[in-house]
Amino acid sequence: MSTAELQAKLNVALDPEGFLVDPEDWTPEIAEVLAQEEGIQLTERHWQVIRFVRDYYREHGEPPTLRAITKRSGVPTKELYQLFPKGPAKKVARIAGLGKPKGCI
Amino acid sequence: MKRLVILGAGTAGTMVANRLARELEFEDWRITVVDSDRVHYYQPGFLLIPFGLYERRHVVRPKRDYLPRRVETLFGTVHHIDPERNKVYLEDGRGLAYDYLIIATGSHIHPEETPGLAEDGWNRSIFTFYDLEGSLALARKLRAWEGGRLVLNVAEMPIKCPVAPLEFLFLADWYFHQRGIRDRVELVYATPLPGAFTKPKASEMLGGLLAEKGIQVVPEFNVMEVDPDGRRLISYDDQVVEYDLLVSVPVHMGSEAIERSGMGDELNFVPTERHTLKAKHHDNIFVLGDATDLPASKAGSVAHFQVDVFVPNFKRYVEGLELLPTFDGHANCFIESGFGKGLLIDFNYDVEPLPGMYPLPGLGPMPLLRESRVNHWGKLLFRWIYWNILLKGKELPLPAQMSLAGKWTHGGGHHG
Repeated sequence: MSTAELQAKLNVALDPEGFLVDPEDWTPEIAEVLAQEEGIQLTERHWQVIRFVRDYYREHGEPPTLRAITKRSGVPTKELYQLFPKGPAKKVARIAGLGKPKGCI
Repeated sequence: MKRLVILGAGTAGTMVANRLARELEFEDWRITVVDSDRVHYYQPGFLLIPFGLYERRHVVRPKRDYLPRRVETLFGTVHHIDPERNKVYLEDGRGLAYDYLIIATGSHIHPEETPGLAEDGWNRSIFTFYDLEGSLALARKLRAWEGGRLVLNVAEMPIKCPVAPLEFLFLADWYFHQRGIRDRVELVYATPLPGAFTKPKASEMLGGLLAEKGIQVVPEFNVMEVDPDGRRLISYDDQVVEYDLLVSVPVHMGSEAIERSGMGDELNFVPTERHTLKAKHHDNIFVLGDATDLPASKAGSVAHFQVDVFVPNFKRYVEGLELLPTFDGHANCFIESGFGKGLLIDFNYDVEPLPGMYPLPGLGPMPLLRESRVNHWGKLLFRWIYWNILLKGKELPLPAQMSLAGKWTHGGGHHG
């Protein structure tokens, strides 16, 4: 599905890379659709990470780094890569309705 | 009498101590600097040691020689900070009270964070050039190396001087050419980044240089562990990269004293306001250099630009005025590209490195994001500038905030 089609289906604004423009638009239903889009079936372990990432964003105003997720969410790095294959920090941020994490400089 | 305590006498701590010692009234202020190491390292020089371009003597000096006389210097390890009581405790039990605190405790490598890295193969087939002993050991190894597959791996971002891994590869290409064995050496760059660098324009340009020099890039490689017997790197998503010689840029973390004080993030970097450099949770604590959690490069140029904007701001603040949002994340780095050439990049929080010319007073304009000999000489000259001007907090004719003058902001055009 293209970003435009996805946008129409979800009825929220997405940026060109498919991230939610406004994290406040996010709902758990949107997460389900975005996850499917990535080929991921959300389980309770996925939700544990998504909830952590949303809470972190509310507190810090930006999505957490991979290390912050694995150090504090209770999900170890190896498992995180299994839950969200290929770039977990970016995938979790997208499914959780946050902006793209800024790569460190 | 007000008490100012500076933790760390590295690049940021030494520069700010010199500047404040000159600018704060002697009668009103007592300044104390604390550091655990009596030696000052010129860290940019570590890169040149493996290739025999520098030796130990080029990169070490006694710290005391670079700190002003009016500053009290304590050599000891900080145990923790108690920000509620405005006190710093050293490991030997001494307590130091402060009215204002500057944290400049830097970042350090932690190879033990990656399983297998600092074990059997360490300094035999696995090296780092991110500390002095490591770069000296690597120099000995490279002199006698007969060739094979050299892999440079960055374990995790952020790292100090994010262009240094690229420079290492460019210099390695040159070095093996000179030794006449370049055809027997495979150069590989395994990085967690999606490309050669973090910023798109520079990444494209530097990626092109890597390809031109026959250096292979393995992007989005997040190392989980090293198998020193099998000489393999294994990533979290089960990719394998084999090596004969591994040059590692290990995980970087802030000071353990920050962790013991409960003041850091998961890498012990201190949450810092991005434009004022004040600690987010404390109104009498400032953070300079690598110790911050800012999305700016961990590099000496950044520390220098921070000190330039911090000093006048601090003087306002202690007079009761508000802090001005003057720090823009400015960074400026020479990149050695081998064969006597170099590049210069200049950027900040919002503007990525752009091509153009850098108007450098006195020396004349230097090409940006493009190879040239003048940039290489700029880099070599920089060591002298570092020891004699920068550390001592003397004025350097460079604006602290980034300027777009001379930069080409539209693709191909010469005026922006």
